Amino acid sequence: MSASTSAVPRWAGPRGGAPRRKQNGLPAPTLISRAAKGVLLAVCCLIVLGPFVAVISTSLADTAQVSRSGGLVLWPSHPTLDAYRAILAGGVVTRSLVISISITVVGTALSLTCTALLAYSLSRPGSFAGKPMLLAVLFTLLFTPGIIPSYLMVKELHLLNSYWSLILPVLVSGFNVIVMRAFFMELPRELLDAARIDGAGELATLCRVVLPLSKAVLAVVGLFYAVGYWNSFFHALLYLNDNSKWPLQLVLRTYVVNNSTLGVDQLSLSSTTPPPQQSLQMAILVISLVPIALVYPFLQRHFTKGVMIGAVKG
Amino acid sequence: MSSTSTAPDRLTAPTRKRLSWIGRAKRDRWLLLFGAPGMLAILLFSYIPLLGNVIAFKNYQPFLGIRDSPWSGLDNFDIILGGDPAFLNALENTLIITALQVIFVFPAPICLALMLNSLLSERLKRLVQNILYLPHFMSWVIVVAIFQQMLGNAGLLSNWLRQHGHSGIHLIGNSGLFKELLTSQVIWKDTGWGTILFLAALSHIDIQLYEASGVDGASRWRQLWHVTLPGIRSVIVLILILRLGDILTVGFEQIVLQQQAVGTNASEVLDTYVYNNGILAGNWGVSAAVGLVKGLLGVALVLAANKLAHVFGERGIYQS
Repeated sequence: MSASTSAVPRWAGPRGGAPRRKQNGLPAPTLISRAAKGVLLAVCCLIVLGPFVAVISTSLADTAQVSRSGGLVLWPSHPTLDAYRAILAGGVVTRSLVISISITVVGTALSLTCTALLAYSLSRPGSFAGKPMLLAVLFTLLFTPGIIPSYLMVKELHLLNSYWSLILPVLVSGFNVIVMRAFFMELPRELLDAARIDGAGELATLCRVVLPLSKAVLAVVGLFYAVGYWNSFFHALLYLNDNSKWPLQLVLRTYVVNNSTLGVDQLSLSSTTPPPQQSLQMAILVISLVPIALVYPFLQRHFTKGVMIGAVKG
Repeated sequence: MSSTSTAPDRLTAPTRKRLSWIGRAKRDRWLLLFGAPGMLAILLFSYIPLLGNVIAFKNYQPFLGIRDSPWSGLDNFDIILGGDPAFLNALENTLIITALQVIFVFPAPICLALMLNSLLSERLKRLVQNILYLPHFMSWVIVVAIFQQMLGNAGLLSNWLRQHGHSGIHLIGNSGLFKELLTSQVIWKDTGWGTILFLAALSHIDIQLYEASGVDGASRWRQLWHVTLPGIRSVIVLILILRLGDILTVGFEQIVLQQQAVGTNASEVLDTYVYNNGILAGNWGVSAAVGLVKGLLGVALVLAANKLAHVFGERGIYQS
């Protein structure tokens, strides 16, 4: 090492004498570096959160303020729920919202059931045909069938223009099966053996022993599926020709991204003047964010665990 | 329950005599039944569609169906082998976007994870993490809409600039900046989420290594270089390999959503080429051929990258 004797261990003691929490054995960072880090991270958070604040504000703003700003507003001066009332009054947006919620609920329930059953079946070492089945699941991680073959398959099964085309092709994700299987395999074997000695069959073991112990992984995998169904946009574009069947994401694309005018016809409004387009658009956006924002706080503590298992064991 | 009778031979597993395969299938009938719906879904929508790739060798006509469409040999591959300009354009765009993403998107979560890891307050770290994970759960439609509202011609930034006497800036719908726009959208959406694996790897580095290097007089930068980065090297390699396997796959939904505004010249990539040319324009066979070649190359790339990782003494994604 060079002659820098100034590098005398500064980690020797935290200033002020108060015992700091774990420091990873690193020397205490200088004030400047800590301030720089704080500013940088604050900027990152601002870049992520700022747009959401502007979007929500605009959805609540009234006509006068929107026309004055010419676009988004940063803070609503006279908050009003007119835009939400308009889009939830039973028009295009309301219908697509009902469709999206139904697909998400039905799809997530089916996906979670099939995934848990398959993962449990693969989690038992030495079971009949377990190895080839596991390999078949693992291989799906390496390739995707491609857009055209998938489309032809859906067409051959006569699922075009049916809501099932949004659920069945993505019913089971190999990655989620592997994550869940890894979690099941970490459960203490003694518990499973004890259940078996007590006379529990496979179904009882799964429902009464394995699943109650696996809430964390069920939560994370359930979230992944639900977010997938809720956010699904391309499958709907590909498989649904009839735009009265559109889920929310396609409505969002048409009226917000492509800027089509959301008129009185689409809103089925009885009132005379609809709220400003800008507010309506942002209200649709907010509505599409709400379900994710609602479940997020309950699930975030499980993220690391769920993702890590998949990464380490996959 | 009916499988009670299987308990004894499971418990005495080490000494049990080998059952015939029918016996084993019978013993595990419940497990097989459990696995059936999931396996059926995987078979139907991951494996059987592979057979659909046969239309890459046919002159597929939707009204004739897959079976009755005439064979056409390798005609459909002419645009790849012969270098059709539209195809080459899509290939070029794909590779440029991939390069941009490997250079700018890939290191971003590593830097962010290092920064988060050095935070002393556990609670602050958790808060920042939860904020930065959030955009990952937004759909591309939402992300694109938000970018338009912020940076578009009538967006927040342009309006603010105009109000302060500047001219608005043309960021969205500008074909010259389209690839940079895509890259920044990916960074906004997924950098936070990408830190999860790196943070977990960082927390597994032995603290004694830091203490020992500190005693030896290593500065924080030296510790970063000699302790931290080597400690997460295998995770970095792993994620890089997975990314390499996806070289030919770049933000399909993201691009489909924004293609109208900038035109295909700047925005067409292989996946959108297959979609636009095949499903929308009806050139089924040609597009299936492009999709097939892309898929095969993808698998080959993952295998090759994994091999490379083994050569460099890393674990890679699987051991052979």
